[in-house]
Amino acid sequence: MRASLADALLPIGALVAALLLFGVFVALGGTDPTEVWLLLFKGAFGDWFSWQNTLQRAAPLMLTALCVALPARAGLVVIGGEGAVVLGGLAAAALPYAVPMPGNVIGTALVCAAGAAAGAAWIALAGALRQYRGVNETISSLLLAYIAIALFKQIVEGPLRDPATLNKPSTRALDEGLRIGGMAGTDIHWGLVLGLVACLALGLWLALTARGFSVRVVGGNPRAAQLVGLPASGLILLACAIGGACAGLAGAVEVAAVHTNANASLIAGYGYAGILVSFIARHNPIAVIPVAILFGGFGAAGSLLQRRLDLPDASVMVLQGIAFVLILASEALRGIDWRAAAVRLRPPPRREVVQLAPVEKAV
Amino acid sequence: MNWDMLLAFSAAILGGALRVGVPFLFVSLGECLTEKAGRINLGLEGVLVLSAMTAFGASHLSGSAWIGVLAAAAAGALLALLHGLLCTLPRVNDVATGIALMLLGTGLAFYLGKPLIQPQAAQLPPIDVVRMTGNWSESSVVQAALQVNPLLPLGVVLALALWLGFARTRWGLLVRLAGDSASATKALGYSVGGIRIAATAAGGAIAGLGGASLTLFYPGSWNEGISSGQGLIAVALVIFARWSPLRCLLAALLFGGAGAIGPALQSIGISQSYYLFSAVPYVLTLVILIISCRPGSVAAGSPGELSSAR
Repeated sequence: MRASLADALLPIGALVAALLLFGVFVALGGTDPTEVWLLLFKGAFGDWFSWQNTLQRAAPLMLTALCVALPARAGLVVIGGEGAVVLGGLAAAALPYAVPMPGNVIGTALVCAAGAAAGAAWIALAGALRQYRGVNETISSLLLAYIAIALFKQIVEGPLRDPATLNKPSTRALDEGLRIGGMAGTDIHWGLVLGLVACLALGLWLALTARGFSVRVVGGNPRAAQLVGLPASGLILLACAIGGACAGLAGAVEVAAVHTNANASLIAGYGYAGILVSFIARHNPIAVIPVAILFGGFGAAGSLLQRRLDLPDASVMVLQGIAFVLILASEALRGIDWRAAAVRLRPPPRREVVQLAPVEKAV
Repeated sequence: MNWDMLLAFSAAILGGALRVGVPFLFVSLGECLTEKAGRINLGLEGVLVLSAMTAFGASHLSGSAWIGVLAAAAAGALLALLHGLLCTLPRVNDVATGIALMLLGTGLAFYLGKPLIQPQAAQLPPIDVVRMTGNWSESSVVQAALQVNPLLPLGVVLALALWLGFARTRWGLLVRLAGDSASATKALGYSVGGIRIAATAAGGAIAGLGGASLTLFYPGSWNEGISSGQGLIAVALVIFARWSPLRCLLAALLFGGAGAIGPALQSIGISQSYYLFSAVPYVLTLVILIISCRPGSVAAGSPGELSSAR
C-alpha cells in the first residue's frame, strides 16, 4: 500500500510542477496564471457540461493507451496505435458496404467488432514481424501506422467515397440504427463504458488469470519464461492482438459515435496520445483510467482558455507536453532511498568511503 | 504517353525529390548522428516544427533568411538537448520522451507561431541550376524543377562531413564507440552520457535546418500543417540508409521523389492511387527491414547500443 501511494505521489508532484511551469509560461505572455489554472479546472471538471466533454475525450484515450500497455507488459514497445485506430474506423464504416446490417444493437456490435478485428490484425502483424523475423516492433508499428493512414485516405477518397461529400471526402454515414448514442440523454457516449470495461477487464486479466500472468512473465523476464516453457510467441501475439483490438475499437467508436462516417478527422493523434497515457500509467490498465480522464480534461479545457483568455488553441498542447515531459522525467526520482540521500548530505564521516560506479541504465 | 508528357513527368518527380527531399535529408542526418551515439530521438518531429516556426519568425523579424536558418538550428539544438538530458536520467524511456517532446515542440511552435500565420518572411534565394550550367534547357518545367534549395548543397556537404567524420576523426570514433559499446566507452574513460547528449543536440541542430528549409524555401510559409510527419519518419529513413550519412542523401531524395510520384501523375492527368504512392517509401523500408533482419540478431550496420535495433 505504501509503495503504491509513493507510485501515485511522484506523478502527481510532477503534474503540479507542470501546472506551475505552465503558469510561468503564460505569465511571460502577459496572462494571469491564476485565471488560467482556474479556467483549466473549470473547463475540465468544473461542471456537468465540462465533465461530459472530458469523458468524451477520455474514452478513445483509454482504448489507445491499452494498445501500448498490453504489448508493453509482454515486453514490446508499440507506437503504431494510430494505424489501428484509422483502420478500425475504416473497417467499421466499410462493413455496411459489404453486408446488409441489422439496424440495432447487434449491428452496432458487429460494426465495433469489425473495427476491433482490423486493429488487432494490424498490431499483431507488428508483433509477428518481431517474433518471426526479428524486426523491431517500435519501428515496424510506426511504419505500419503510416501505411495504414495512406490506405485509409486512398480507400476513403476512392472506392468507398460518398459522392455527396465534396469538400471533405468521407464514406457513407452509418445508418441511424448502427450509431452509438449518448447515455441517458447526455453527450457521453457508450464508448466510455467500453473504455472503462476494457481497462478494468484487462487489468484484472493481467493481475488474476494464469494467461495474464504468463504475459507478464514473458515481458518481465524472457529467460524465466523460456525456462518454464511458456509459449512466448503466442503470448506476445495475443497481447499485441488485444491491444490492437482496443485501438481498433477506439476508431470504430469514434466513427459510430462522433463522426458517423470515416473521414480524415479520424486521424487526430489519439494513437500518439495513448502512448504517453500508457507510459504515465506505467502500463497498468487500471491506472490508465485516471490518466486518460486527466488528459481528456486538459483537452476539454482548451476551448475555454481560447474563448475566455484569447490564448492560442495550442496552449493545451504546451501544457500536455510539459506535463508529459516532467512526469516521464520524474521516473528518475523513483526508487531513490531518501533516507540514504539525507544521510549522504550530512558531513561525511572520517573513514574512507568506497565510491561505487553508477549502474548503467537498462534500455 | 508522348515525349512532352514524359519530360513533364520526370521533371515533376526530380523537382519534387529536390524540394521535398531537403527536409528529409536534414532530419535523417540529424537522426543518423543521434542514433550513431546509441540513442533514438522520435522528438525530431517536434524539433522540425519548432525550428520551422523559429526560422520563419526570425526571418520575418530580421529581414534576413540566413538569420532564420541560424535561429532554426539553435532552436532545434535546444529541444534536442532537452531530449538528450532527459534520456540520460535513470529509468527514463527514450521512445516515450521522444513522443512527449514531439507534442511539446509542436505545441510550442503552434503557440508562439500563432501571429506568424499571416505575415511574409524573407525567403532563401533559389539556386538556378540550369542558368548556372550554361542555359542548356529551354523547357520551363525543367528550369522550374532545377530551382534548387540553397540549403541542399549544405546538406550534401554535411552528409560528406559526417561520413568522413565517423570514419576518420576522433570525435566520430567516439560517437560510434558510445553507440556500439557503452562499457568500452567507460573503460576508456569517456562519458557515455556526455557524448550522447552532445550528439543528440548536434543532431537537433542539423534537423533544425530541415525546418528552416520548410518555411523559408518550400512550401515557404508558416502554418500548422507545415510538417507531414517528416521528423517522425526520419527514423525509417535512417534504417533505410543503414546508418550511413551518404546513403541518407540517397534515401532522402528517394523518399522525396516517391512523395512526388502522386502529384506528378496528377500533373499529367492521372489522379488514381495518389495516396498509395506516398506510402511507397514506408512499404520499402518495411520490406528492407523484413529482408535484412534475422530473429535474435541486430539489423546489419546498426549501432549496438540502440534500443530500437534489438
